[in-house]
Amino acid sequence: MEICRQDQALEIRELDPFLAELLRQVPESAQPKDSPAAEERLFSAPAAPEEKDLCAEWKVYVVPELRRLFQSATETVRQDLEQLQCTGKPFANCTLRIPLAHTDAWLSALNQARLAIAATYQFSDHELCDHYRSPLGSRRDLSLFQVNFYGFLQEFILREIEGNS
Amino acid sequence: MSRLPWKQEAKFAATVIIDFPDATLEAPTIEKKEATEQQIEMPWNVVVHNDPVNLMSYVTMVFQRVFGYPRERAEKHMLEVHHSGRSILWSGLRERAELYVQQLHGYLLLATIEKTV
Repeated sequence: MEICRQDQALEIRELDPFLAELLRQVPESAQPKDSPAAEERLFSAPAAPEEKDLCAEWKVYVVPELRRLFQSATETVRQDLEQLQCTGKPFANCTLRIPLAHTDAWLSALNQARLAIAATYQFSDHELCDHYRSPLGSRRDLSLFQVNFYGFLQEFILREIEGNS
Repeated sequence: MSRLPWKQEAKFAATVIIDFPDATLEAPTIEKKEATEQQIEMPWNVVVHNDPVNLMSYVTMVFQRVFGYPRERAEKHMLEVHHSGRSILWSGLRERAELYVQQLHGYLLLATIEKTV
């Protein structure tokens, strides 16, 4: 896999089918679905529980706005990922172009996915620092790899944004 | 002294209020209002809490964007969050503090508002 800046886009080239599949899972992974832990993390409380009025108002007025914001980001990412629809050989490497205008959406969606997965699997600090664990052991190992791979992409996008500003 | 029947008493009271409007402005009501304003103006802190998933570079970028802090200051707060578990990013009026917390939640940081002690 090779990532580079190409005009007004970031290009991920030579993306092998396994990593391409992980990328395809970004929008899906960003949804808390049936995980209360993920829901709680993505929509955390704005104050201590004693501030009952504030927390209640937050749920009514702010959480729906945040939900829309997050969904808008994952929708942009979903559209970019349509480039990964295999039209040629089924196991061929492919290229993904992320327009610079979409980098904020990608940062958000990758972050949503990382936080939701980490909350669902309750990864420890130690596990999250283990960048060399094989993704092949179990679903948990694969999810940890997913969190780290998405983090790697976030780092790259951030570097490019900083270089741009 | 005998009391007036209740209807007459009420009529008399109403007359007093109309004839002497100043008498209806009770001092305690005004004091209560002042106390509420004081409460609203009491500074609130915007606190960001540590979480092991958000990247350090990402948190720094968010602080720069939301608060307009220069990189050095944003990094100082990010490191405080990382090492101490929390950092006070801003203090001031409640409404503004709530707005900052909303923005920080939009970037998926763990942020809360707290009354200053």
